Amino acid sequence: MLRKNKLFIFGLIILISFSLLAVFAHMIAPYDPSEIMENEIQGPSVSHWFGTDDLGRDILSRIIYGGRVSLSVAVVAVAVALTLGILIGSIAGYFGGLFDEIIMRFTDIMLSFPTIFLILAIQSVLSPNIYNVMIVIGATSWMGIARLVRGEFLSLKEREFVEAARAIGCSDLRIIFRHILPNSWPPVIVAGTLGMAGAILTESALSFLGLGVQPPMPSWGNMLMDSQAYLIDAPWMAVIPGLFIVLAVLSLYFVGEGLRQSLNPKEKQ
Amino acid sequence: MTKYIIKRLIQLIPLLIGITLITFFVMHLAPGDPTALFTDPNIKPEELTRIRANWGLDKPVIVQYFVWLKNAAKLDFGYSYISGKPVIQEISERLPNTLILMSISFALILLISIPVGVMSAVRKGSAFDNIFTVISFVFMSIPTFWLALVFMLIFSLKLGWLPSFGNLVLPVTVMVISGLAGITRYQRASMIEVLGQEYIKVARAKGLPERMVIYKHALRNALIPIVTMLGLSLPDLFGGAFIIETIFAWPGMGRLGVAAVFSRNYPMIMGITVLTSLMIVIGNLLADIGYAIVDPRIRYAKKE
Amino acid sequence: MSKLLELKKLSVHYQNNKDIVKAVTNVDMVINEGEVVGLLGESGCGKSTLALSILRLIDPPGKIYGEILWGGNNLLNIPEQNMQRIRGAEISMIFQDPFSTLNPVFKVGEQIAEVFRVHKGSSRREAWKKAVEIMDKVHIKDPADRAKDYPHQFSGGMKQRVAVAMSYSLSPRLLIADEPTTALDVTMQKAILEVLKELKTTMLFISHNIAIISSVCDRVYVMQAGRIIEEGTPAEISNDPKNPYTAKLVNSYKEISI
Repeated sequence: MLRKNKLFIFGLIILISFSLLAVFAHMIAPYDPSEIMENEIQGPSVSHWFGTDDLGRDILSRIIYGGRVSLSVAVVAVAVALTLGILIGSIAGYFGGLFDEIIMRFTDIMLSFPTIFLILAIQSVLSPNIYNVMIVIGATSWMGIARLVRGEFLSLKEREFVEAARAIGCSDLRIIFRHILPNSWPPVIVAGTLGMAGAILTESALSFLGLGVQPPMPSWGNMLMDSQAYLIDAPWMAVIPGLFIVLAVLSLYFVGEGLRQSLNPKEKQ
Repeated sequence: MTKYIIKRLIQLIPLLIGITLITFFVMHLAPGDPTALFTDPNIKPEELTRIRANWGLDKPVIVQYFVWLKNAAKLDFGYSYISGKPVIQEISERLPNTLILMSISFALILLISIPVGVMSAVRKGSAFDNIFTVISFVFMSIPTFWLALVFMLIFSLKLGWLPSFGNLVLPVTVMVISGLAGITRYQRASMIEVLGQEYIKVARAKGLPERMVIYKHALRNALIPIVTMLGLSLPDLFGGAFIIETIFAWPGMGRLGVAAVFSRNYPMIMGITVLTSLMIVIGNLLADIGYAIVDPRIRYAKKE
Repeated sequence: MSKLLELKKLSVHYQNNKDIVKAVTNVDMVINEGEVVGLLGESGCGKSTLALSILRLIDPPGKIYGEILWGGNNLLNIPEQNMQRIRGAEISMIFQDPFSTLNPVFKVGEQIAEVFRVHKGSSRREAWKKAVEIMDKVHIKDPADRAKDYPHQFSGGMKQRVAVAMSYSLSPRLLIADEPTTALDVTMQKAILEVLKELKTTMLFISHNIAIISSVCDRVYVMQAGRIIEEGTPAEISNDPKNPYTAKLVNSYKEISI
């Protein structure tokens, strides 16, 4: 358990640092991320810690602003997924019967798609930008949360406190939101954390393919798209954004796993 | 058990209808109509009208859906905007390559993840377990496309050991690394749960050697949920294939699909979406049937 | 009567960082050949832990202290390989919950037969034959057919019979029965007790039910919070308990049965 604690703390520190970088990007980044500073690609140096890219822009600054983009996409996408998932899952779990059947069928249908390709297909129909990326990722990743919430509702709705609430005349809506939902938040929080990890990976893949965040707005993913042509000459363009993605996702996994263990009473000595 | 299979087969129908519905209507959100892709300025308006009628674009959307669905049921997804060849032909030429990539990768994943997962569970809390847990998390955090780029950089470009394109080794390696962690952790969790069961203690009380307790009594139970995992991993395996094939220029359906997305080749996009979803659905069904076969509690009915 | 098993100052402690849980403390116990010895106590008093420690089946962080004397040896000092030869063959155990003690993926006949294959080196066919014989001995109807069934295809009472068959197959010198009837309903309880009595084997019978213990045992040890607090015949324990806890235990049971 102690070891997991170390990982959890490591993850938390990274996440907090990245969040601070994202929020205060304009104060922390050494340069403007779109400013063309040099005439040629440069490797890491004192003036450019991470070097410059093919257009002469400072990579460190682009990483910091890119972090803001990637993290905000993750947060909003997960917010969308949580909203959809909680709504759908609670209705299915609480009302049961035909509602449950239909909703679960719909969930199964969504789960049968190859998610990445479905997102790509949707993006091919829209004109990709940061906003629809957030929504599309959220709209294709709510299923796991819905199932989770449904499960919680199915078991919780039989408990006494729900009967008691009904007995004093609470409406269904009130029961759902003020009684059952607050009792099911631990697994939802964990799912949300893991969802953010997934969202970062998905957004970066989308942006890498050019169907996500559009340049010149930097995203770790589209920075990697630019790096492909210069793989041999300027490998740092490819390595550095990727490392940041790995760090961000890894931290989210560590934090999520730590939360899962502490919120789960099953861990024996 | 036959009842179980029939029930699942019947459940397929609403699934497939839902898949085709969503695919069709999402694709029809596309602004403009497909004839706008004909960039030949000499095309006469009558030609366009004729083509529109030919493709049934002048009818209401619902009708278009049913026409398309009727054809799709025969695996006729129309013609590629780019090559003009039948979509189904292009897909079937390349699908085997994708399936080869996926099956080899999945076989390797199982070969590695089951022993590692079992070992981690048996030695829970040990250095072995902790190290592999951290490694698993790291592998799960690496974006597939970036891993592909980095491997291409190191092994093809810098070291020159392997060609960048047309070779299976790098694509399989990337796919295996990407998919390894999830299944290893799942196997570990499954084995840990089984090892905590009372019948394991009973097996020891019978004087069975520990190796027998673990590899006969525990493992047989712990492997059952893996069959379900086979089904659940399919969307991710396909997803990985799309990206990996594109980067390594592997001539499979995934690369075809991504190219179709870039060129707004809607018939192809729809065909690939539906077919891939179909494969995922069938894969899940087979996994469920496999589970029913492998778990005696489902395969044989109660008697008392 | 000769001593079969003797426990001397047996203790089982679980150590987790700074906390020590003393599940069993300084237990002295003697089981003579031919006897049925009872161990009476409430749930959680350490009875099962005691039983498991005799077979050295305590998992870390638990540790066993003291002496377990069997056939002139202290079982706590012999190598694990030798202990494996004793388990299931010389000392056997029947567990409490029949629904969780059988492996769900193996046929019932197989689970009994493997005891013969492992301990006696019997061939598959011989072992299977022996398994069917034992199933017959514990009165399972149509044993040849039933041996091919899986545990979930048996009722609770039948499953427990299978468990008895499994542990009795090699005619162990000592049979430990850990609350064998607790998870069963009353009719099944009687049936299992009959089966056990028929075996006429030296037994350590564990239960929280004084009535059942009285019907089966020659002598009884009473356990509370990991310690033996009293010893005697069932009659002595029921009618003339020396320890107030024993009195409470016996009386509360009498109240319920009325």
